[in-house]
Amino acid sequence: MGKRSIVPYGPQHPVLPEPIHLDLVLEDEKVLAAIPSIGFIHRGLESLTSKKDFNEMTYVAERICGICSFMHGMGYCMAVEDIMNVKVPRRAEYLRTIWAEMSRLHSHLLWLGLLADGFGFESLFMHSWRLREKILDMFEASTGGRVIFSVNTIGGVLKDMPADMLKDFVKQLNDMEKELRETTSIFLNDFTVKSRLVDVGILTGEDAIRRGAVGPMMRASGISVDMRKYGYAAYNDIDFDVITSNNCDSYARCEVRIGEIFQSIEIIRQCVAKIPDTEISTKVTGMPNGEASVRLEQPRGEAFYHVRANGTKFLDRFRVRTPTFANLPALTQTLQGCQYGDVPLLVLTIDPCISCTER
Amino acid sequence: MQEIKKDMYLIDKAELLQVIMEKKNALWRLCQICCSFPKAENHYEVTYSFANGYDFANYRLIVEKDEEIPSISRVYKSAIFYENEMHELWGLKVENIKMDLHDKLYRIDVETPFIEKEDK
Repeated sequence: MGKRSIVPYGPQHPVLPEPIHLDLVLEDEKVLAAIPSIGFIHRGLESLTSKKDFNEMTYVAERICGICSFMHGMGYCMAVEDIMNVKVPRRAEYLRTIWAEMSRLHSHLLWLGLLADGFGFESLFMHSWRLREKILDMFEASTGGRVIFSVNTIGGVLKDMPADMLKDFVKQLNDMEKELRETTSIFLNDFTVKSRLVDVGILTGEDAIRRGAVGPMMRASGISVDMRKYGYAAYNDIDFDVITSNNCDSYARCEVRIGEIFQSIEIIRQCVAKIPDTEISTKVTGMPNGEASVRLEQPRGEAFYHVRANGTKFLDRFRVRTPTFANLPALTQTLQGCQYGDVPLLVLTIDPCISCTER
Repeated sequence: MQEIKKDMYLIDKAELLQVIMEKKNALWRLCQICCSFPKAENHYEVTYSFANGYDFANYRLIVEKDEEIPSISRVYKSAIFYENEMHELWGLKVENIKMDLHDKLYRIDVETPFIEKEDK
């Protein structure tokens, strides 16, 4: 038996965009166990229901995360709309779908960049983020913001996208697709990249379920579950397949996310072709009374929103379970038995968002 | 067990571990655990959500203020964070958590639990 030691990893580490701490139990270079701890950036956003009314909570929800900002606002609005029996205009649902898929595109490109940075492929990191910048430009053109968009409202959306803007976005995405094929083929085919990802951090399908994994982490273990298939927003009008991989390793997680990048572009194309010409919001009156739960497919996986209202303007409870919170136990599973040098990459393969996790 | 609305069942504390074991054996995934303290009700509501493919089920437990509930973290390891969070932020007593962080999940200076003093 080799020498055992405990190595603290994080909360400050070159590959970590946000603070998470792991206590790694090592035997020589092999990780025997990893004990995660969080809590450095807890902001108490859920408890703001006692200070902000249910309309203002939309903006609080959007501030849970800087990457999935739009989808947090959307999930919260959908839950309140469910309680108040609000029928959202179809165009608003299409617009929400387009922005949600743009969020997925930018999140996955951000992740690809961080992954490339994690294994020291700096030019690949820059290419990925250069492409992501174009998506942020589209967000800025359509919402006025690059991080927080504030376009969701209970009953629909606050901003429309004119037809020529939508056509221009599709043209830009078509042009970008060629560059994306070139960049992503390096992730999928380059020897050095594959040597870092293939057969590293195995998570079997059964382990993924037992540990409560969600999103690409789960689909890369061969489990075909995608919340978009429930048909919320405009997804029931969209033709798409769930992207999975049976390899269960870090390469599979990369493969699934790359597949979803191209899928998002296709979904946006379908939305632009089918978007109806209706109002973008419904007038909502009264106070919510009751409870509702909503599950959404965020870039990092299934997010869960629970809203409980009491007939006043202040909610009883707003609960968010974010994908990273669900993926932490799966991370500890993938870390068991790995080499110490693979720890940064394995942490990255869950696409961690700690500000989401802690709220 | 009583169905109170679609996919939502009200269970007793005595039924909890049996329900959890059934879900584990049938390979259901623990989606989340939500703790709330509706002021009008003056008790905790703890909701366990499970998913199997696209099937979804929620089990709700009503817990009085000073009552303790059993931990499910020895059945579902992923419950560790949920249960520590419930205890730290809501003051709900959870018995025998596999990895009890003793109110140190979140490293915050603010006094927890967050529920109002008179509700405790």
